[in-house]
Amino acid sequence: MDKFLNQMMAALTEPAMQQEMLNGIWETLYSTAAATVLACLLGLILGVILVAGEKEGVRPLPGPLMKFINIVINILRSVPFLILMMMLLPVFKPLIGTSIGTPAAILPLVVAAAPFVARLVETSLREVDKGVIEAAQSMGCTPFQIIWKVILPESKPGLVAGFVTALITILGYGSMAGFIGGGGLGKIAINYGYNKYNYGVMFVAVVLIVILVQVFQTIGTKIAVSLDHRITDKGGKRRSKKETLGKIKENKNKSIPNGMR
Amino acid sequence: MIELKHLSKVFPTADGDFEALSDINLTIGDGDIFGIVGMSGAGKSTLVRCINLLERPTQGEVLIDGENLMDLSPARLRQTRRSISMIFQQFNLLMQRTCLKNICFPMEIAGVPAAEAKKRALEYLDIVGLPDKANAYPAQLSGGQKQRIAIARALASNPKVLLCDEATSALDPTTTRSILKLIQDINRRLGITVVVITHEMAVVEEICTHVAILDHGHMVETGTVEEVFSNPKTEAGRRLVFPEGARIDQFPVASVVRVVFNGGSSYEPLIASLAIDCGVKVNILGADTRNVNGKAFGSMLLGLPEDKSEAAKAMNYLRAQQDVSVEEVPDYHG
Ligand SMILES: Nc1ncnc2c1ncn2[C@@H]1O[C@H](COP(=O)(O)OP(=O)(O)OP(=O)(O)O)[C@@H](O)[C@H]1O
Ligand SMILES: [Mg+2]
Repeated sequence: MDKFLNQMMAALTEPAMQQEMLNGIWETLYSTAAATVLACLLGLILGVILVAGEKEGVRPLPGPLMKFINIVINILRSVPFLILMMMLLPVFKPLIGTSIGTPAAILPLVVAAAPFVARLVETSLREVDKGVIEAAQSMGCTPFQIIWKVILPESKPGLVAGFVTALITILGYGSMAGFIGGGGLGKIAINYGYNKYNYGVMFVAVVLIVILVQVFQTIGTKIAVSLDHRITDKGGKRRSKKETLGKIKENKNKSIPNGMR
Repeated sequence: MIELKHLSKVFPTADGDFEALSDINLTIGDGDIFGIVGMSGAGKSTLVRCINLLERPTQGEVLIDGENLMDLSPARLRQTRRSISMIFQQFNLLMQRTCLKNICFPMEIAGVPAAEAKKRALEYLDIVGLPDKANAYPAQLSGGQKQRIAIARALASNPKVLLCDEATSALDPTTTRSILKLIQDINRRLGITVVVITHEMAVVEEICTHVAILDHGHMVETGTVEEVFSNPKTEAGRRLVFPEGARIDQFPVASVVRVVFNGGSSYEPLIASLAIDCGVKVNILGADTRNVNGKAFGSMLLGLPEDKSEAAKAMNYLRAQQDVSVEEVPDYHG
């Protein structure tokens, strides 16, 4: 136990260890951010195609194409993440020039996370009221206008919540990537804890990851809530303004999907 | 002018084809407020959705000012849809946009510059009586207010036609009245043709000039509200106009006549004067009467006395009345 505490103290006080931790935080942050942005962009596009392109969608695409996209997404979603990363690292090696270190992990992370984001996006977009889409059609909107001006804005809170989930998932994936040559806090935890039995340092690195997750989740939820102008409650009772505002808050809290943890 | 010609719509379903509309022929004149009524499932929504081709008819023509929408390219169809606005039972407002932005939406689609769109949106907010709700979100409004915003949004594209699919069915009676009043007002002030879908006859009575009755996908009656309401010719029409049916007293009666009021006369004085002027007493077997646009309409079933000459006297008296038509009901069964 003493050894554990000493190791922890060392991790927090020794300049070299401090530097390593700071580096780890930085690497984790930027690889997570870069992978999240790319994965969300790719996932958003795929999600829009999944919803708009289906037979009853606003811009139906050929059935075989939709089937193909669905199958690819399902395959990528079903291969365990670590194995997928191991398979993808060499694929992207020519592109990045290396298969170890933080940048090397970013593209595989994107490919692994994008299908997951696509499904989250798909779920959010499907929640948009069919009646609203129909109203837009009756006003003479083009399919593109319906996607851009109706479906995406109307599902914005759900999309943001989905992106926060993606961010946190990618943070977790990125940490696991430490096993196969990725950088960041995950690599420190694995290096010290798994390889050197230095559980103190591992513990500090893990706590830092937990703190990052908490911060992202809290901020993300706040943003998602502040973007939402709906009241999900269909009670339809007339309320005073103050009560209504209270109710909005309450309901917003309720409407955050469970997926966000 | 809206003309539907030999319109039919077939939905393929798991248990075979379902004909939701069959051979509908309908002409809706400019400036009319045209009611389409029918029981639930009669095909009213399907019919109104065919007018702007949200639903593509299986057969037939949809002519707006002589132009067949079925022949238009997708781009031309979108253009034409801008002149046919629609409001819905569930309002279908954009929940993440303020009321003002909702009203701006159709103008945004049509490429109206933002500043002008905003200016016009404020005017429409005024017309629907909610000038202070510009920056409120739909979730903060009551049902009636939401429908007003939806109406303002429908007006924003400067339409020739306004389609209302059960626009008041989610509202309480008072709010329903005020929304109907607003629709009538818009029809009169802006000359917009209105098509009102409803299952409530009260709505038709309140604002419509013309009405069509839809029954199981068939259009069974059509005409002015006065014509159809005063003397519905079909079973489906009678069921809708007189949902209570005729209630019968237990007296034995010799012969029964249906007296139809076509506006003008009212009921009690007629029966009273029948007794006073001819000295003939009649049984009122049933009555369903209503007030349409300030005039009396409805029908009454009268049981005539056994005495043949008294019965004839009563018939002659009734036939002599203005705004009243009389027909014998040959085999009346209580
Ligand atoms: N997409 C569809 N596929 C199959 N059947 C349909 C479809 N849409 C409507 N129908 C059928 O067509 C008939 C008419 O439907 P419609 O919605 O037009 O009725 P309605 O008169 O508007 O009824 P309500 O007053 O309940 O709204 C119904 O029997 C319905 O089941
Ligand atoms: Mg309907």
